[in-house]
Amino acid sequence: MLIIKILAIIILTPIVGGLLTGIDRVITARMQGRQGPPILQPFYDVFKLIQKEPIEVNLMHRFYVYLSLIFVILTAVILLVGGDILLAVFALTLGSVLFILGGYASNSPYSLVGSERELLQMMAYEPMVLLTGIGFYLADKSFFVSDIVKNDIPAIVYLPGMFLGFVFILTFKLRKSPFDFSMSHHGHQEIVQGITTEYSGKDLAVIEVTHWYEEIIAFTFIFLFFATKNPISILVGIIACFLVYFLEILIDNGFARMKWNFALKSAWIVTAVLGSLNLIILSYFK
Amino acid sequence: MNFVKKSPWILHYDGSSCNGCDIEVLACLTPLYDVERFGIINTGNPKHADILLITGSVNEQNIPIVKQLYEQMPEPKVVVAVGICATSGGIFADCYNIVGGVDKVLPVDVYVPGCAARPESIIDGVVKALAVLEEKQKALSKKKSAVKK
Repeated sequence: MLIIKILAIIILTPIVGGLLTGIDRVITARMQGRQGPPILQPFYDVFKLIQKEPIEVNLMHRFYVYLSLIFVILTAVILLVGGDILLAVFALTLGSVLFILGGYASNSPYSLVGSERELLQMMAYEPMVLLTGIGFYLADKSFFVSDIVKNDIPAIVYLPGMFLGFVFILTFKLRKSPFDFSMSHHGHQEIVQGITTEYSGKDLAVIEVTHWYEEIIAFTFIFLFFATKNPISILVGIIACFLVYFLEILIDNGFARMKWNFALKSAWIVTAVLGSLNLIILSYFK
Repeated sequence: MNFVKKSPWILHYDGSSCNGCDIEVLACLTPLYDVERFGIINTGNPKHADILLITGSVNEQNIPIVKQLYEQMPEPKVVVAVGICATSGGIFADCYNIVGGVDKVLPVDVYVPGCAARPESIIDGVVKALAVLEEKQKALSKKKSAVKK
């Protein structure tokens, strides 16, 4: 039974993630007064990339990307099966670190700058992700997702500050403006395509699929804030995910890219104020 | 199924254009023409690109650059020469530094004449390039299966 569940997670997660990306591109286009591509466009892109000629820069360069995908899949499986939230956070971090190593492996100046910026982004968002895990523990007395979804009161009642902080750093994870300075989905930017500059063909497709998994992982966290024993909470959680996604797209279209100094400072201030304060107050009352 | 037709990513390079055609190329991305409808993305990166869009004629100094951009693109790839300068050198043909059209350096698949080429004709040219791209993809997969056998 568990094996079927894991297989379903591995197969369905990128399908949902790809569809979300497609919807994102259509909504973005409509916000800019354009018609936009078909919703299945991300899948066309990935299938095209698989058919293209792979250009190998060196052996390690590709190896890191595939390893990154494996760890991100592991994170998705841990979270969606109902496993330990801390383990999932660490596996996700390992996936991101491997991706950055891939950028360093290519020796291209653009990917080097991209890797350094990605490291700064990780420094900015990682404390908040970890604090969120701890917040769930304080609210529900368990690090296990299967226990968190079984409580009576949704976690957001105890963790409103944590939720706002997580939505703030979600911009990093979804690679949206104003915090997409390491690489973005939009065409022109100052460092070509950041870490992905030297990747082509299948390897680039793997990076894209990894991002789909990451998207779903991010929204699983959002969902967990609303999940309770009550089956209606599933619907509430999904609606909340869509609303947050819409907000992110709106922010993406409304803001220009910020410098890394601002990103790091603002993310840490938000983490310190919203995250820590929430944690301190919660530890007094619970 | 052939997906290269559904998501052609473009690399735009300005040879020695007067910027007239460049502005028309960018006009294709605006809400009025919106080429993203066809899955077309303007990438700034040759390793991600399928179509090389060159505006302006090639001059003595950028021959190695144009060649390198072309070589960095993964197969299958096509070259579209946009504007009369890219097709033949145009009014700059007799200049001391101009080599001529893009076809003096690279194998050009589609020519889009005009001064400046209108966005409609650029989109037409890219759509024509898609047919060439599909053929090249088929030839490539045939070659691959032949090697496997």
